[in-house]
Amino acid sequence: MTTDLDAVLQRYPNASRDALIPILQEVQQEQGYLSRDAVVQVGRHLRLPTSKIYGVATFYNQFRFQPQGRNHVQVCRGTACHVKGSAAILDAVKRELKIEAGQTSRDGEFSLEVVACIGACGLAPVICVNGEFHAGVTTKSVGKIVDSYRRKAPRNDGDETA
Amino acid sequence: MKLPELLSWMVDGEAVDPAVSRQHQQRLAELRREDVSRPTVFVGAGTCGLGAGAKQTLAAVHTYLDSHEIKADVVMVGCVGLCSLEPIVDVQLPGRSRVCFKQITADKVPALLESALAGTVRDNLVLGQYRQAASGIWPDVPFLDEHPFFAPQTRWVLANCGVINPSQIEEYIARGGYGALVKVLRDMTPEVACDVVEQSGLRGRGGGGFPTGKKWKFARQSPGDQKYLICNADEGDPGAFMDRAVIESDPHRLVEGMAIAAYGIGASKAYVYIRAEYPLAIKRLKAAIAQAEANGLIGDNILGTDFSLHVIIKMGAGAFVCGEETALIHSIEGRRGMPRPRPPFPAVSGLFGKPTIINNVETLANLPTVISGGAERFAALGTKTSKGTKVFALSGKVSRTGLVEVAMGTPVRKIVFDIGGGIPNGKAYKAVQIGGPSGGCIPTQHLDIDVDYESLKMVGAIMGSGGLVVMDEDTCMVDVAKFFMDFIQRESCGKCIPCREGTRRMLEILQRITRGRKRERGIESLDRFKSVLHLQSLAETIRDTSLCGLGQTAPNPVLSTLRWFRDEYEAHIYDRVCPAAACTELIIYSIDADKCRGCTVCAKKCPAGAILGAAKSPHHIVVDKCIGCGCCVDACRFDAVVKQ
Repeated sequence: MTTDLDAVLQRYPNASRDALIPILQEVQQEQGYLSRDAVVQVGRHLRLPTSKIYGVATFYNQFRFQPQGRNHVQVCRGTACHVKGSAAILDAVKRELKIEAGQTSRDGEFSLEVVACIGACGLAPVICVNGEFHAGVTTKSVGKIVDSYRRKAPRNDGDETA
Repeated sequence: MKLPELLSWMVDGEAVDPAVSRQHQQRLAELRREDVSRPTVFVGAGTCGLGAGAKQTLAAVHTYLDSHEIKADVVMVGCVGLCSLEPIVDVQLPGRSRVCFKQITADKVPALLESALAGTVRDNLVLGQYRQAASGIWPDVPFLDEHPFFAPQTRWVLANCGVINPSQIEEYIARGGYGALVKVLRDMTPEVACDVVEQSGLRGRGGGGFPTGKKWKFARQSPGDQKYLICNADEGDPGAFMDRAVIESDPHRLVEGMAIAAYGIGASKAYVYIRAEYPLAIKRLKAAIAQAEANGLIGDNILGTDFSLHVIIKMGAGAFVCGEETALIHSIEGRRGMPRPRPPFPAVSGLFGKPTIINNVETLANLPTVISGGAERFAALGTKTSKGTKVFALSGKVSRTGLVEVAMGTPVRKIVFDIGGGIPNGKAYKAVQIGGPSGGCIPTQHLDIDVDYESLKMVGAIMGSGGLVVMDEDTCMVDVAKFFMDFIQRESCGKCIPCREGTRRMLEILQRITRGRKRERGIESLDRFKSVLHLQSLAETIRDTSLCGLGQTAPNPVLSTLRWFRDEYEAHIYDRVCPAAACTELIIYSIDADKCRGCTVCAKKCPAGAILGAAKSPHHIVVDKCIGCGCCVDACRFDAVVKQ
């Protein structure tokens, strides 16, 4: 874990504050979330108080402070998706995964995130699992989609932070 | 560094040596794919296409070609804009023009390729053929530009989208790309460039609609050794995706536009602030910047002049408010994305305290057209105050969804009913929501207004970034207002009180309106009526006193729906009924005893345990326990659950 972090910080020698958000993004890419240790270390590297780092990190929706599940489910709640019934889709996903938005299931298999708009409005309603889009989802098809990931072997590549 | 030979030949005209000239001509024709030497298959692989299964389609194409040992080129193109018919696959045979096919999922690939490569076209899959002078046309195949979706459009910004391979700079150059940059660097001083843009009447496409040339001049006149250009690609409006599509499908147009803008304002550094939610767009843009750098079209001393430009990509971290100029600047500086009072405007003191111009992706993508076609040609299209074209992202309850580029002044009716094909399933049109959370609704009686900045303002909407979400009779306008208010209050940065507290209070009012009576206790029903009285005045206060554009426009969805759909509000308030049956708490579910077979599926699925009944006898829903989730409707195979 720490080696990942050092590698990220080494890419930003003598960095100033404008490098803060890119650094946090890379740390999250590597580690899946922003751990307390990571935030403290980033603060030392940039010579900024930890409170300032948290101030910035908590402002933006992108940053997570808890590990993500092996499968990351994003439910789009954009206008087009809303008009086509994404509220019901979200409820169905919650029921299916038995977690609330922003949570990770106890077995670490799934995490659920609500996103403002994925930008695939033409295909509404959309959910996105590990970066793969599923278009025209219905409350009935949610179960099938989730099951298709459940059966898959655990993923170990870190590219789902799309 | 030397200009790529081809570009210099295109700009300078005939080369001295006719043999070289012929060579270039040939290469150009090849790059424009006027004709192909062997069959070519194009797969639309933008985010929309991939969402609809283009990845599997692409794999199926490769499998088919390999297994039949057919030598053919496979090209990944961007998005042509007709999202609802994705995945779109084009086939071009030697000596024949390119034909476009719709909804080619992986399972349809073998049959399609078999017939298409043999020179026959299956009617049910064909969308149309391109108009190509050099190659033979297909008999009995309609032209793509006559298709009802494409015919009323004027494609300037989207001209290359879905046509060219976005990762090849040569294909962009072959279609006239970077010609405008050469023209501006050779023939125009930065002042002239600003003048041309001002004369063209180009206005910011991101929301406010401020004249672009005028804005540039402010930055040009501000003293400062370092000036910045920022491209705002933080397309946060839910319901808008044109910037993403342009960057994915034609990234070099944006790079060229940025170079022109930077030259005009005298900036040597440009930032692209792009949403992290658009990984494919970021990838394509990075590749485009690298190619342009390798060819000397950006970097140091571009084309031998003393103009230099370095482009840096910054990923946004997911904050809607960062679409606001000063908030965006704070975010690039590594701070919380909170707006600050203006003046000083960013054009005077922006990023790191230096003069900064922030332009939207679509604004910048218009610049090559403005420069190469000239200000007059650009200004000839459109209305008195709004010139050129506008790209709209058409989505919601409409038959054909996708990206639509029309001349300013096109009636809304034409966009929704001619291009979009009207409302599916025989439902009635109710409204179209334009401009995202800052915008408003256009009801039936105003469908004939022309889209331009001023006329939209008159009906209480704004151009915004251009998201058009169509709503039909099943959409509840109070619910839509609640949806936007929920979005806005979550995205409010919290700096100024009217926005932070006011939007929250407005959301609570809307929640009370849409709440069922059974969840109301004691004094709550009095609160409900009291708050209804305050809704409008609260909205007006927020509009008049907020710090930034987000807050000032935050009440628009409520004000607009109140103006046009007051009757729906009244039905919710007085009768506790949702006419569109969309507000879940106001819906009453019941079971039709004649249709129910007593299969018990609904009772098992009900998360609230509200359905009672013995097996093989009609079931019953306990209204007090029902949470209105609608699970029983989905579960019932006999359509016995009735919604009221």
